Amino acid sequence: MRRLISVIVLNEHGVLARISGLFAGRGYNIDSLTVAPIPESDFSRLSIVTNGDERVLEQIVKQLHKLIPTYKVIEDASFVEKEMALVKIPLSEDFAGLDAILKGYNGSVANSSDEFIVVMVVDDASRIDSFLKTVKKFNPIDIVRGGSVIMDM
Amino acid sequence: MKELNGSQMISEALRLEGVEVVFGYPGGAALNIYDETYKQDHFRHILTRHEQAAVHAADGYARASGRVGVAFTTSGPGFTNAITGLATAYSDSVPLVLISGQVGRALIGTDAFQEIDAVGISRACVKHNYLVRSIEELPRIIKEAFYIARTGRPGPVHIDIPKDITAEIGLFEYPNEVSMPTYKPTYKGNSKQIKKAVAAIKSAKRPLAYIGGGAISSNAAEPVRKLLAMSGIPAVQTLMALGVLRDDDSLNLGMAGMHGSYAANMAISECDLLISLGARFDDRITGNTAEFAKGAKIIHVDIDPSSISKIINADYPIVGDLATVVNQIMDELNSDAGIDPSLYAPWRDTLDKFKALYPLDFDDSEGVLKPQWVIKQTAQIVGDEAIISTDVGQHQMWVAQFYPFNSPRQFLTSGGQGTMGYGLPAALGAKVAKSANAVINFTGDGSILMNIQEMMTAMADDIPVINIVLNNNFLGMVRQWQTFFYEHRFSSTDLSLQPDFAMLAASFGGVGYRVKTKDEFKKALKEALDSKKPAIIDVVIDRFENVLPMVPAGAAIYNMILDDKGKR
Ligand SMILES: Cc1ncc(C[n+]2csc(CCOP(=O)(O)OP(=O)(O)O)c2C)c(N)n1
Repeated sequence: MRRLISVIVLNEHGVLARISGLFAGRGYNIDSLTVAPIPESDFSRLSIVTNGDERVLEQIVKQLHKLIPTYKVIEDASFVEKEMALVKIPLSEDFAGLDAILKGYNGSVANSSDEFIVVMVVDDASRIDSFLKTVKKFNPIDIVRGGSVIMDM
Repeated sequence: MKELNGSQMISEALRLEGVEVVFGYPGGAALNIYDETYKQDHFRHILTRHEQAAVHAADGYARASGRVGVAFTTSGPGFTNAITGLATAYSDSVPLVLISGQVGRALIGTDAFQEIDAVGISRACVKHNYLVRSIEELPRIIKEAFYIARTGRPGPVHIDIPKDITAEIGLFEYPNEVSMPTYKPTYKGNSKQIKKAVAAIKSAKRPLAYIGGGAISSNAAEPVRKLLAMSGIPAVQTLMALGVLRDDDSLNLGMAGMHGSYAANMAISECDLLISLGARFDDRITGNTAEFAKGAKIIHVDIDPSSISKIINADYPIVGDLATVVNQIMDELNSDAGIDPSLYAPWRDTLDKFKALYPLDFDDSEGVLKPQWVIKQTAQIVGDEAIISTDVGQHQMWVAQFYPFNSPRQFLTSGGQGTMGYGLPAALGAKVAKSANAVINFTGDGSILMNIQEMMTAMADDIPVINIVLNNNFLGMVRQWQTFFYEHRFSSTDLSLQPDFAMLAASFGGVGYRVKTKDEFKKALKEALDSKKPAIIDVVIDRFENVLPMVPAGAAIYNMILDDKGKR
């Protein structure tokens, strides 16, 4: 089962290593992990997407709590989940239809050079999946996904 | 506030924490710390002969005294040698603070001489760790380290301090209190949960207390004994709990698990309510979890929420300090009609039958010494005040089965990790904590060689502990598995070639004996006790004695191998 976990931790030396080490050491999955400081505070927020059965998920939450710098673990909430993706497409491609696709996904052209354009979309992770499938026909030369950021409601 | 350098801050902080002894080993990155150690006179420093032993000694000190143990090492290999000690203490929830030197900040990340990512390595085997990054944060970090080590579920904390910080001068103000918004252990049990648990106890027909090492960490032996006495609920203990109940307590069914008593394992299998008091359902206890306490509801009291429902689902989870929660349970039990111990009399009768059916026993012999006899005899000679440590293997299990432990903190053994080499240094730590008590380390001919150099520490610092080597010329426990499950192929377990342990003891300046008969053993032990010197008694025992009963790994705990006919 896919699960979203939002963790608030003290912004101290090595805290990310503690969390990723916990997942690696206990054999838990990380589908994505993003982290950034919370403005005007001593804390950072991590957005973790993981999967596993109920028992494993319960342990993940408890083990996260157990880490000394963990302030809060939010998991049983409804979340807004958004992920960003950047896609680099060569200018040599035929862009017919790209506009319509971007519109459908609330995307835009983020930048361009004399060889390629970079388009971006922000959406939930499953919609990003289908967007990336759709733009395959433009033969992208690079794709970067940002990992989910989540906010509890 | 005063101006101190980093090393003086460490020394001053230890004074304020009431530290009376540090076990350690110096080196380049720790030179400043050791210079300050030389100048001060409020704590004793004991130079062990290996950093692993320094941490085990701090661990033995902590287990025997209930206080926080402290160790020092230098950087690089000095630190990596300490890791087994940290892992051992972490698995058994022992409060320790390890302070290691690190290369100077300017060198960190450059692969400098004796540089290693110490906090990266220790992270997985400590409760918490710190790399000190400025002199300003040093006092707070030491304060937090001691606090974290001894509160909540206790455990080791590691502080790595760059060398330049140990020389840098800063303002020293030791905080009176710790303020950590992210670390707040729960001590009191939720009263609604306690009500529910007590209702379950009152309606149970076959309740059983399952007591773990948490009962020792939380100093809960007294309330636990009271609870059992007032309710008449029988109990099993884990390896880590031995001593919580008196050995001869009629409610005490003995140790449970892989080498547990028949009665203990059957009680778990037949109970209808299992009351877990500071135990964590380790696989050496549960065997096949699907069959473990199958017909029982589970009350699980633990200070660590992550222990609850990790292995076995708890019907009544209670997070809290065990002593506090047990007192809450007793108050609740006493609230209305109280509890009538005769309620469970039929259940106790059943258990008495289990006890009588297969008591823990052994075939004594006049021809060759039996390890079980040696252990029982030792208890008779040294009395109730002696503190017992062990190494790991058959001898450890025999001690757990046959030594009559009667008080908490009397038995020091590496349960969670099963660390060979623990016994001698832990005994040193215990003897330092309790110098008036006799301290005996039961060990094997394999294990003793893993930290034998500590005989030198014992001599140098006048710490007279007695090592009883139950010598079977084998890595006995592994040999036993090879006998039972690998058709007697004794791959790399024959230790026929070995040193003369008596001479070895003498070469360190201690006393040594090699004994083969009951009389020789009794005489040697008495002499060793009288000598007030570190001692090794090399006891030649039956080579092929097995530890029984035995639950094969992964089997249901009611499927015990009870005799070794055809397996010797
Ligand atoms: C450091 C370490 N290495 C290996 C083991 C695996 N092991 C468990 S018991 C044992 C044999 C111990 O032999 P000995 O100390 O002679 O004790 P005995 O079993 O004969 O009583 C071994 C090798 C261990 N527990 N710890």
